[in-house]
Amino acid sequence: MRARLKQSVIAGVGVTFGIAMFITLLGFMNGLNTLLDGLMLNRTPHVRLYNEIKPSPVQPLSLSKDFKNHVNFNRSVKPKDRGKEIYNSKAIIAQLKNDKRVIDVAPKVTAPVFFNTGSIEITGVVNGIDVNAEEHLFKLSDYIIDGNLQDLNNENNTIIIGKGLSEKMMVKNGDVIQITTLKGGMIGLRIVGISQIGIAEFDNTMSYTSLRTAQILLGESSAYITDIQVKLTDISDAPAAAKEYRARFGTDAVDAQTANSQFETGSKVRSIISYAVGITLLIVAGFGIYNILNMMIYEKMDSIAILKATGFSGNDVKWIFISLSLIIGIVGGLFGLLFGFALSSIIDMIPFETESLPTIKTYPIDYKLMYYMIGITFAIVTTTIAGLFPALKASKIDPVEIIRGK
Amino acid sequence: MPETILKTVNINKYFYDPVKFQVLTDINMQIDKGEFVSVVGKSGCGKSTLLYILSTMDTDYEGELFIHNSSLTNKTDKHLAVIRNEHIGFVFQFHYLLAEYNVLRNVMLPGIKRGKYSIHEIEYRAMEHLKNLDMQDQALKLPNQLSGGQKQRVAIARALINDPLIIMGDEPTGNLDKKNSDMVFEIFNNLVRERNQALLIVTHDPEFANKTHRIIEMADGRILT
Ligand SMILES: Nc1ncnc2c1ncn2[C@@H]1O[C@H](COP(=O)(O)OP(=O)(O)OP(=O)(O)O)[C@@H](O)[C@H]1O
Ligand SMILES: [Mg+2]
Repeated sequence: MRARLKQSVIAGVGVTFGIAMFITLLGFMNGLNTLLDGLMLNRTPHVRLYNEIKPSPVQPLSLSKDFKNHVNFNRSVKPKDRGKEIYNSKAIIAQLKNDKRVIDVAPKVTAPVFFNTGSIEITGVVNGIDVNAEEHLFKLSDYIIDGNLQDLNNENNTIIIGKGLSEKMMVKNGDVIQITTLKGGMIGLRIVGISQIGIAEFDNTMSYTSLRTAQILLGESSAYITDIQVKLTDISDAPAAAKEYRARFGTDAVDAQTANSQFETGSKVRSIISYAVGITLLIVAGFGIYNILNMMIYEKMDSIAILKATGFSGNDVKWIFISLSLIIGIVGGLFGLLFGFALSSIIDMIPFETESLPTIKTYPIDYKLMYYMIGITFAIVTTTIAGLFPALKASKIDPVEIIRGK
Repeated sequence: MPETILKTVNINKYFYDPVKFQVLTDINMQIDKGEFVSVVGKSGCGKSTLLYILSTMDTDYEGELFIHNSSLTNKTDKHLAVIRNEHIGFVFQFHYLLAEYNVLRNVMLPGIKRGKYSIHEIEYRAMEHLKNLDMQDQALKLPNQLSGGQKQRVAIARALINDPLIIMGDEPTGNLDKKNSDMVFEIFNNLVRERNQALLIVTHDPEFANKTHRIIEMADGRILT
């Protein structure tokens, strides 16, 4: 049965091609996914604590003893301005830092502001950040394309602005810009850096300054914090942690999964597409094997008859064909893994430089072992199934009919 | 009393396609060890059909078949495969050899399937058989590099590899010229004389049949003598 080497090789090449494409596609798609997720997730805290402006959940009426046994309707409830400040932020931060799940905590002050340039005002946001904590959690320095993040710490009244902002205002590193808060406070800050995160919405509005500068800008004390950003060891703990913090600290808390749900959907769709294409390729390869084995059986009728006449049972014949397709599957599959890996490595070396992704130099590839396992398993499963039907057919061939046929 | 190798009791066989038609009627026969039996009869009288039943390849019949006094009727495909492998050697009119294996490997194949001896032992035995048939020089050739007579000798060597109780042949000389037919007859005759081998050979050649110990004559699916 070792003849038809050429056909077997062709069948094997089909499997190889299927597996190689499967591996490459999955590696590439998921590389992109990780990149895009990373783009988002590296920039967002796993849990963010903040205060939303909203009505008090307990209205005074409910507290009144007189109306305790009544059903109370309150109309025209107005939100109460508790301010965006997180009270007792020092204590909260201290507690968070003691939490075992937490890697680090970065406090932040955000405030909507106007950037003044000439007679125009551009709306934007100032983020007062703890430079070291921010760097530790989000590698912010990766996104500073001009200037130095540490200068925010080293000099007072300095600011780093997004690339989009700098282009709109036509300012560059070293220039001084005027900033007005909503309450009318005004301050001049010197630009020490330009940032580019790769998301236009951010780069057109965001600016960074030190915590202290932001507090001064808003006329607040050094205890004033509007956001506490938390990074966890395991991001999958985020929803549970957010819920717990909400109860414990009496603030709002949102986890990364909720904040970025639309991103997750995109990733999932991309994964599904690549699995579907990969599996389709393998199934096509499976049909190829089925065809070739079927043809082989017709050509090898005589041989099968001889084998049976000389004492091979139907089962033996079946196993010959199943092992043949298994060999095709395993050898083709292993070569597929190899070629898939090679192809991935080639893609991995192709330069991929875009303005918006400053940290990326080549196309991203995910070399997860899982894909290789799935690939080889699927290769073996499809080829076995593809071989099974021809093998069963071969095992049922009646030698008498063949010998008579001569 | 001689040892009975093969026996049939009232074997009947029908074909149903295109119409029901009885090919074999009340076949009762017996072959003993060391007997050289030939089967003759007009074309279409059912000789091949009988041989396929006796060789256990065809199981669709009525009556009972014994080899070495054990019944082979209604046994599983697997069991019959083992019987064929160990006890029956078959030589066809056309030389059914596996085209992708060389002569030696073809001879060895039933031995490898049996698994009783090591590959080395089987190879040695296969070479011995080929030597006896004056084929040792051709051992590494592929079947398509052999003449018809040579192929038939390879098929005989293959039939012998597991020391079968009986060798059956369906017109093994039917495709050979006079010289090669005589040679095949001599090989069979030597097997009977030297190894006390039982042989059952279907033939159209009266000269061949007349030289055997016993002739079974068939007509219309019955045994006449
Ligand atoms: N598969 C089949 N279906 C129906 N009839 C068959 C089938 N095989 C053989 N026959 C018929 O059975 C009869 C016996 O056939 P068989 O091959 O046994 O003859 P034979 O004696 O070997 O003839 P020959 O000497 O020509 O080889 C023939 O009449 C043939 O037409
Ligand atoms: Mg015949």
